Amino acid sequence: MAPLSSYFAFPEWLNMLTAFLIGIGFGFALEQAGFSSSRKLAGMFYGYDTTVIKVFFTAAIVALIGSQFLSYFGLLNLNQVYVNEFYVTASIVGGVIMGAGFIMGGFCPGTGLCAMSIGKIDAMAFVAGGFAGAFLFTETYPLIEGMANARYKGPVKINESLGLSPGLFTLIMVAAAVAMFWIAELAEKKFARPEITNDLK
Amino acid sequence: MNPYLAGILLGIVLLTAMVVSGRGLGASGGYKYCVVSIVGAVDPPHVENSEYYSKYFENGKKPLTNWLTLEIFGVVAGGLISGAVSGRLKLKVEKSPKISVTRRLIFAFLGGVLFVYGGQLARGCTSGAALSGMAVLSLAGFVTMIAIFGSAYVFAWIFRKNWI
Repeated sequence: MAPLSSYFAFPEWLNMLTAFLIGIGFGFALEQAGFSSSRKLAGMFYGYDTTVIKVFFTAAIVALIGSQFLSYFGLLNLNQVYVNEFYVTASIVGGVIMGAGFIMGGFCPGTGLCAMSIGKIDAMAFVAGGFAGAFLFTETYPLIEGMANARYKGPVKINESLGLSPGLFTLIMVAAAVAMFWIAELAEKKFARPEITNDLK
Repeated sequence: MNPYLAGILLGIVLLTAMVVSGRGLGASGGYKYCVVSIVGAVDPPHVENSEYYSKYFENGKKPLTNWLTLEIFGVVAGGLISGAVSGRLKLKVEKSPKISVTRRLIFAFLGGVLFVYGGQLARGCTSGAALSGMAVLSLAGFVTMIAIFGSAYVFAWIFRKNWI
């Protein structure tokens, strides 16, 4: 029966209200995770704080396992849940541009908003830059349209392209996440920088 | 909060978005909808003449009432609530003591420009493509996630003086 918005044909105001409430949950979870601190986020790339990988992969496997179980019991129709369209070139080029933005800015668009909300001035600069980036994208879109739409594959699922069932792939993901958590805990000890992490407490 | 516990909380929020609204979370798209509505209010002829802008207004659509726009307003409210609950509300520039405030703010601004630009190109950032994409087993999500985190390790070495 889920997604509920299509099953019950939500009116526009209810869609807007649920979006706002889900956003509150999203912002609350990000801030509680400590993602309102750019030096904590950047720690992921220097090894002294690996909170990013722990939160990110825990969230991904919780949502993945949850949705797979709900689908298995017929409670959630996964065909009605949006699957990202795969534009090969744009995914890779866009991803590399985002990687540069992550290290230069110290935030991603969601964590930047969340850090801005608690008063981080560097996050306000990041969010202002984000609006400038969105404007730059819409204005330059005609110039990069060819590249942005190159090598379109449709909403491909990774397990299908590997010839695996969704359940088996989910199991592999969980095992991979546990392995990464173990490495992350080791990395934090090996690359510890108490002069930074004590500053963030 | 313990990172694994915060991850479970974030995962439940993402699962709720999938079950209630049939979609994942997002952030960079919300920036775009805000910008598109501002341009639409300031310069309507520009919007009508642009193939890219005009599609956000066709059939009487309003980008300001889009799901993602409302969601990012919620993110700001949710972050504020969490910061207030945990006593973290404070105006400050967070940076390494080795760099100046100006340098931190310039890099933060440029980082924002690049992140949202790249996010629009890839049709999603860390939230919309990497996190939500992985939860629906989207190949695009996995590829974008690897491109972001993989390249960030290279850029981390280049810009290490800003952080460590």
